[in-house]
Amino acid sequence: MSANSLTSILIWLPIAGAILVSLLPLSRYATGALAMLFSLAEVGFWIEQAARFDFARSGLQMEERATWFNDLGVSYHVGVYGFSVWLVGLTVIAMAACTGYGFWVGRDRPRAYFALMLLLTGATVGVFMAQDLIVFYAFFEAMLIPLYVLIGVWGGARRMEATIKFVIYTMAGSLLMLAAIVVYGLKAGTFDLVDGPTSASRWLFLGFMLAFVIKAPLFPFHGWLPDAYREGPAEVTAVLSGVISKAGLYGMLRIAIAKFPDPTSFYRTAVLALAAAALVYGSLLAFRSTNFRDVVSYSSLAQSGLIALGLFAGRDLGFDGAVLQMVAHGLISTSLFLIAGAVERRTTTGEFRLLGGMARGRPALATLLMTVGIISLAVPGSAAFAGEFLILAGVFQRAWWWAAIGASGIVLAAMYMLRLISAVLHEARGSTVADEALDLRPGELALVVPLVGVLLALSAWPAGISHHSFVGQSPSATVKNQFK
Amino acid sequence: MSLHTPHIDWFGLGPIFALIGAAFFALLCAVLVPRAIRRLAAGGFSLAGFTAGLVLSVWLYVDSAHGHTIVSGAFYRDRWTALGQIILCGIGLATTLVGVEHVPGWGRSADPARRDDHIAEFFALLLASGAGMAFFVGAANLMVLFLALEWFSIALYVMCAIDYDLEGSLEAGLKYLIVGSFGAATLLFGSALVYGATGTISFHGIATAVATKGLTGDTFLVLGLALIVAGLGFKMSAAPFHMWTPDVYEGAPTTVTAWMSSATKVAALLLTFRLMTTAFPHDGRLWGWAFAIVATASLAIGNFAALVQRNVKRILAYSSISHAGFMLIAVSAGSALGGRALMYYLVPYSAMAFGSFAIVAARERELGVPVTLENLAGFGWERPFLGVAMWFFMFGFAGLPLGGGFVGKFYVFAAAYRHGWVWLVIVGVLATLVSLYYYLGIVRAMYMRPSEELQVQPGGSVAVSGGAPPAERLLHVAVGAALAVSLGSLFAVQPLIDLARHAASALPI
Repeated sequence: MSANSLTSILIWLPIAGAILVSLLPLSRYATGALAMLFSLAEVGFWIEQAARFDFARSGLQMEERATWFNDLGVSYHVGVYGFSVWLVGLTVIAMAACTGYGFWVGRDRPRAYFALMLLLTGATVGVFMAQDLIVFYAFFEAMLIPLYVLIGVWGGARRMEATIKFVIYTMAGSLLMLAAIVVYGLKAGTFDLVDGPTSASRWLFLGFMLAFVIKAPLFPFHGWLPDAYREGPAEVTAVLSGVISKAGLYGMLRIAIAKFPDPTSFYRTAVLALAAAALVYGSLLAFRSTNFRDVVSYSSLAQSGLIALGLFAGRDLGFDGAVLQMVAHGLISTSLFLIAGAVERRTTTGEFRLLGGMARGRPALATLLMTVGIISLAVPGSAAFAGEFLILAGVFQRAWWWAAIGASGIVLAAMYMLRLISAVLHEARGSTVADEALDLRPGELALVVPLVGVLLALSAWPAGISHHSFVGQSPSATVKNQFK
Repeated sequence: MSLHTPHIDWFGLGPIFALIGAAFFALLCAVLVPRAIRRLAAGGFSLAGFTAGLVLSVWLYVDSAHGHTIVSGAFYRDRWTALGQIILCGIGLATTLVGVEHVPGWGRSADPARRDDHIAEFFALLLASGAGMAFFVGAANLMVLFLALEWFSIALYVMCAIDYDLEGSLEAGLKYLIVGSFGAATLLFGSALVYGATGTISFHGIATAVATKGLTGDTFLVLGLALIVAGLGFKMSAAPFHMWTPDVYEGAPTTVTAWMSSATKVAALLLTFRLMTTAFPHDGRLWGWAFAIVATASLAIGNFAALVQRNVKRILAYSSISHAGFMLIAVSAGSALGGRALMYYLVPYSAMAFGSFAIVAARERELGVPVTLENLAGFGWERPFLGVAMWFFMFGFAGLPLGGGFVGKFYVFAAAYRHGWVWLVIVGVLATLVSLYYYLGIVRAMYMRPSEELQVQPGGSVAVSGGAPPAERLLHVAVGAALAVSLGSLFAVQPLIDLARHAASALPI
């Protein structure tokens, strides 16, 4: 097996798995086990790819290209850069954990459920690897289809409104992106992201950015977020906030910033302002929220703002920090939502006024929530600290007040996260917390502990990502050269 | 006295003769074959006819690299015609499969003796209308155009009304007859004006006459062109000539609706593109704008009206109006890229349109009542294959990458952009956004509402047979084929585009 074919395998293996799972008339247990097998195989192939990736060489690696339709210059072109390796890794690990969670709780209609989860894995990996705009767009949209059904079928009571809002919001952005892609590609004569030229068109930049700021989301395009995060099943919300939102941020880095250098500097202040608004506003909302999921939802809005600050600062440290923080926050958010799901399963609610005192007699739950919470509030020495520090250093080089706003967000993060921890674990015992409510079961531990383990490893060696994302040259030079 | 008859290239008309011949045999079944096997016999002739048509039109495609007219310049034997006939025969095959199980008369299942009374006529009419459309796409002069239009329209009028016990069916037939005749009359009047202005009825001759006599912008010519555009607009159900569409699509037997919504559009749009580019190249700006406006109107009316519908057949009818709008964007570009875009778009579109109506037919049979969003509840889980297929069709219609609809839209937008019309791209994008709401509404109705919410008393086959829906194997085959085409066209873009390029190279653009 050549190293290049790993790229296509990572995209198509889960999709093949989805077809297989949906067609085979297996029992509930066997269906889930088969899906887990595919998810874990996916992780295995990713490890193989990361091991074979040459972190000393710049430019696209392990690329594959085949003509899709040539008269408009569209080809199936996939490949990976240093930073996409990490984002793909985040995707496959988080998706494996979330698929496992669905298996653990025994979702109804398992064949449809697991097929959709695998489809989502393939589509998301495809987004991070696509090097042709049409392929990128196809995968970007393809993520939406399983998400729509997953939330709409397995979601909470108000799932209908949530899904419609989610789909209309995100499609509004991405359809304008399609118009921008058509214009950009036909003007350039190719839709290839590697060969394509840079563009100075502000309209096109805005077309792309709108799709990305909605997906990420940034203030004020986050209208779909609270509903979708609240109504989705816990593991789907975990994917949505941990992985899918990163697709929007990835798009900013790979397309908006790299292909539109002039518009990027023209709109830099505006985007930084939106990002800072998302950070502060998201943090304040998280602090004001009264239930577990809302806190984590709004904190991911804040984190998207922080990462966008790092990207649009346009400095070396900011780019490095943004990639590190994307992975770190992805893992944190996935773990927190899975823990939220575990709490909800035991108490039927995430409302703080009904929770409390869960630490007593539940050491595993308390330890894990505490660990993830502490990492997420960027305690020095944690992966999130490294990421946020690099981002703030990056924006500081742009202007000191951006860094000051960013730092205020981190203070707020400490406030809402400690509030979350104490409301769930400490204080008086909540009315829904029964003595019989068990500690995390081995199955749940097997899903969350690896995520936390990866987080701890990253905390020990954040340079593993931050020094291995933009290789060969400095990050801003890499971006300026369009990753060549 | 000797009569000079033109030389006739019989082979060039092969697909049409195959269909007409099969129609003749299917009609004979109505009187000669006992009722017990009439359905199978007539269906068999229909299958044979469309298969023969398919084979002959593929052969013609291969054998007609250099397009030319035959029968004294009345008919084009070229790849544009042949590819259109291939698509039509494909839809015809699928319609036959569904028709054997579904039409007409399953609604009168209480009286099995009468059920198959008119089944042979149905297949004869299906074949006849298919032959008319196959003739229509190759028309090379205004006379043949009108004859072929009437030919397939008359067959369709009767097909709409064939379930004459049902009030809706009869009403649909009558409505279609009146509005369709009005459209045909408009077309005929327009043709007369064009003939008066140019002195010729041949497409090619009109272009030559306009060029040599300097008729560009001539009042009669422009008026004639406008009337022809309106007449064809009725057939492709583009707004503002769409009023009949929802009523007729709703009232007609669903199999007939499936056939009409896919095949009629193929025929009307392909002919329109050829007529405009061949006969009126000098007025390109004029009809370009006309079609751009018609496209915008269709997208607006089709999509917004669909939002408030509850009846699934009406939703799909409005959706077909909006897709006529998308395809007219390609027509309005009037370029080789537009021709390719149109030809490509028609393949996944007709598969999805046919497949979705066939699925509605299955649900209708199961419940015995018109299919509304409410009584789709639980359908996706009860009939997994049909549910998944509908899921693919709806997302494909909406332009999400679960089928060729996505690439089709991309091509259409590319054609509009190359033509310099970014605004039309934006219109298309906004229309797609609006359309999401009702396409997802159907998915939501099928999957996200449990069947316990179903409010109807099943009066169809479920009630008759006591629970399990009928197996409907042929319908499943037809839907499966439609699914394969719509999904396959996403991956096999290059071969399809190559076919379309060769077809479009027969046109003078």
